[in-house]
Order: sequence, then C-alpha cells, then structure tokens
Amino acid sequence: MSEDTMYFFWDLGQYLINGLTQGSIYALVALGYTMVYGIIKLINFAHGEFYMIGAFIGYYIILAGVPLYLAFPIAMLGSGLIAVIIERLVYRPIRHAGRIPALITALGISLFFQYLGQMLIGADPKAFPAAIEEKTYIFGEIMITNIQVIILVATFVLMVVLWWLVNHTRIGKAMRATSYNHDAAELMGIDTNKIISFTFFIGAALAGAAGVLVGMYYTTVEPMMGLIPGLKAFIAAVLGGIGIIPGAVLGGLTLGVAENLVVGFWVSTYRDAVAFAILIIILLIKPAGILGKNRKEKV
Amino acid sequence: MTTETLLEIKDMHVHYGAIHAIHGINLKVNKGEIVTILGSNGAGKTTSLHTISGLLKPSKGEILFKGKRIDHLKANKIVSLGIAQSPEGRMVFPDLSVKENLEMGAYLRRDKAEIEKDYEYMYNLFPKLKERSAQLAGTLSGGEQQMLAIARAYMSKPELLLLDEPSLGIAPILVQAIFNAIVELNKKGMTILLVEQNAYASLKIAHRGYVLTTGEIFMEGPASELIENDEIKKAYLGH
Repeated sequence: MSEDTMYFFWDLGQYLINGLTQGSIYALVALGYTMVYGIIKLINFAHGEFYMIGAFIGYYIILAGVPLYLAFPIAMLGSGLIAVIIERLVYRPIRHAGRIPALITALGISLFFQYLGQMLIGADPKAFPAAIEEKTYIFGEIMITNIQVIILVATFVLMVVLWWLVNHTRIGKAMRATSYNHDAAELMGIDTNKIISFTFFIGAALAGAAGVLVGMYYTTVEPMMGLIPGLKAFIAAVLGGIGIIPGAVLGGLTLGVAENLVVGFWVSTYRDAVAFAILIIILLIKPAGILGKNRKEKV
Repeated sequence: MTTETLLEIKDMHVHYGAIHAIHGINLKVNKGEIVTILGSNGAGKTTSLHTISGLLKPSKGEILFKGKRIDHLKANKIVSLGIAQSPEGRMVFPDLSVKENLEMGAYLRRDKAEIEKDYEYMYNLFPKLKERSAQLAGTLSGGEQQMLAIARAYMSKPELLLLDEPSLGIAPILVQAIFNAIVELNKKGMTILLVEQNAYASLKIAHRGYVLTTGEIFMEGPASELIENDEIKKAYLGH
C-alpha cells in the first residue's frame, strides 16, 4: 500500500470517529423529535431548545461543583420537566386544532426559549466548565479523546435503556399503543394524556443529555445553540423515517458521518448545505425515510 | 330472580359539531343479558357505543352504570369502572404482538395470577390466538384480528362488554365462531351489548334488541319477537 492510500484510510477512520460522535448527538436529539411525532404527529420545532436547556442546566450545576455523573441525570430531569410543562400549558390546549397551528406554536416556543435565554443569560457564548480532564488516545494516526468515548458510550447506554423501556415495559407498550391510535388506547384504560406527557419527558431528557455532552465536547454553550442542531436532528429523524425510533438513530449517525466526510474530504463550509441537501433528496426520493414503510394513511 | 340494571341510557343526544347524530335514545342492559342494537350504516350505532365508552360526550341526557352517572368521565376512567369495548374496525395495535395486545387489554389490572388465567381462557376460546401469540397483530387476518379485539376487551375483566360489528368484513365461517364465542362468554356470566348490521345472526343469540334508525330507537323488544317482526324482516333480514 502506498503512503498516500494509507493516509487516506487513517483520515477516513478519523472522520468516521468524529462523525459518529457528532452523529450520536444528532441521534439523541432526533429520538425526541421522532417520539413526539409518533405519538401526536407534531413536528416539535422547539425540541432543539430542550437540548440548549439541558446544556445550560449542566453548565450551571457543574459550575456549582456538582460532579458530572450527577449533572447528567439532573440536566435530563430538568429538560424533561420543562418539556412536560410546555406540553401541558401550550400544546395540549391546541391538540385538536390541527397540524399547522401546532407547528406554528412550536416555532413560537422555540423563539421564546431562544430569546428568553438571551435575556436571562446573555447572547455571548459561555465557556463550559471542564468537568473532567481531557485526554487524547492515539491509535496509529487516529486520535480519540476521552470525551468522545464518553459521548459514544453514554449515547449507547441511553439508547439501550430507551429500547428496553419502549419494548419491554408496560408504559413503553402503552406508548406504542397510543402512537397507533389514541381512542383505541383509551379503550384499554390507558390515560393517553399521561403517556403523551411521559413521551415529551423522555424525548426532552435525551435532548438534555445531548446538551451536556455537546457542552463538554465543544466547550461553549449559548442560548441559540439549539437552533442548528435542532434542525439537523429533524433532518436525521426524517432521514431515518419520522416516527420510527431506530430510524432516528440511523438517521443521526448517517448525518453525522456524512457531514464529517464532507468536512474532511471536501470543504468544511459545505457541511450544513450537505445536511439540507440530504433532507431535500430524501423527501424527493423516499419521503417515508430509510426505514419508513409507505403505509396507507389511516382513515 | 331479580333483574339488576347494569347500564341505563336516558334521553341521550349526541352532536358531531352541527350534526345531531343521536336524538334522545333510551336503552337498558340488564346483568347477564346479550342486548343487540341493530341498524343500517349511519343509524348511530357506533356513535352510541363511543358515547357509552366516553370517547364522545352526550350533548344532553344521562348514562348510568350500576346506578351512577358516567357520561362526564374520560374513556380510560370508564374502562376502570368495568365497561370494555371491542371497537368497530377492530383497531388492534398492529405493531404489537398478539400477546402484547392482550397485555394492553389488562393494562389496569394488577392481579397477575388472575391475568394469567384469563390469557389461558382467551387462548382456549380462540385457539388461533394462542398459535399466533408472538406474531404482530398487523399480520393477522381480519377474522383473527376480530377475535383478538374481543379477547383484548375481555382482558380488562369488564362487567359489560361492548362489541361493535364483530361480523363486519369477516368470512362467514369465522362469523359463526365469533358468535359462538360471544354466547360462550355470556354463559359464563358476561353481559354483552352487541351492535350489528347482521340482524339475523345477532337476534339469534340476543335476549333483547333495539332497532336504531337515523339516531332514534325505532323498535325494541325481546329478540325472539323482533326476529318474527315483518318490518324487521323486510328491512334487515332480506325477506
């Protein structure tokens, strides 16, 4: 093998590692998009803000001296509870008003949190406190940091827990029943309002965890930080098939890897353009997403 | 023997927006009976069942279950009081297995040992479901889905079972099996309110019947009399 080819493979390995790290973050956020869509058919454009809220909860409590292993659950709980409150106060009263009013409301909530954050915290980026010392491991020409390892492991663990919750617990089965049809679920005695609240909680908690992870990874947080990753996670959810949980993971990882390959082998400023190009292409070619079945609409 | 009234509907009206779907119906179901509501498409049969189950709210009138008003309650609360429904179109959860569908039927129950017995009872009543217990419900045939919908409703251990058109779109041989199962459940003490277009089959197994036309009760009486009634023969029995 010539030296050039060898370096190509080292580079490729590096971009894949970086892509999977970035993709893990997208996947965690995309899961909430897809779960909320699955249960009430709402594209929750405010979902990226729960990621920002999680990042800031992490920022403040780590500054206050709370250890990292506690900062995670607290940030998840905080983001989750705020999402539950928003669902109860804002989305529930308009649930039967139709999809477009709900979508516009979600955009409003998104702007509300972005500007509330700027008002309360200020628009300038804050340096995320170093919760742990960063270490770099080197394999040949590939570098991987302990923070990347934490992101990959934490994402994997959260996904396994989510998979178990959705497939093997009573409440998870009730979520799947509710996402099929609210009336049918109610006829089983399932309190669908509670299940919807719970779904918002889980989705936002995952986004909150992603927020803390990204704070550690990129070391800055700011009130607008949820906007672009929120849109990327939406693209990831659509790419995998919106409403389909494994699809969000697949879409997130695919998007993260694709972006990093663009950055590495092409031009780094094309990264966002490529993400949106992927959205347009998937909508043209297979609007149901990679894992989506082209089902007949329920009557 | 004293008859105990399980369900009583008094002057119930239901509106869908501006449409006045049910115009003040009165109906009673006594403990241990099979009562059937007959009527053609659009007569208001499903609307009536949805209102009893709490998926729709009456605009006027009362629904009493064991003497207590239930018409203001949410659907999931009504299930907890002891009314279960196998809905029109079956509405089994397609992405859940047969067993998981039955688990959802037992969602509110905590008596594990009794739940296990009821799974067995349902598997005996509908052996097809046992064979397919690990299969996704969406892969079942229409008749099997209907069996699952009835079994799932039974799993909440209700006192009153509402069945909405269990014969709709199902092969005749399976219709017979399903009606036999309904009789079997009733013999074991289950009270059943059966909504049907298939007037002959349902009058044969019912104790009493109501005929609904465009939101009003047009006729009521013992099933044995309704089955002999000339008007009903002409309108519903095809001779």
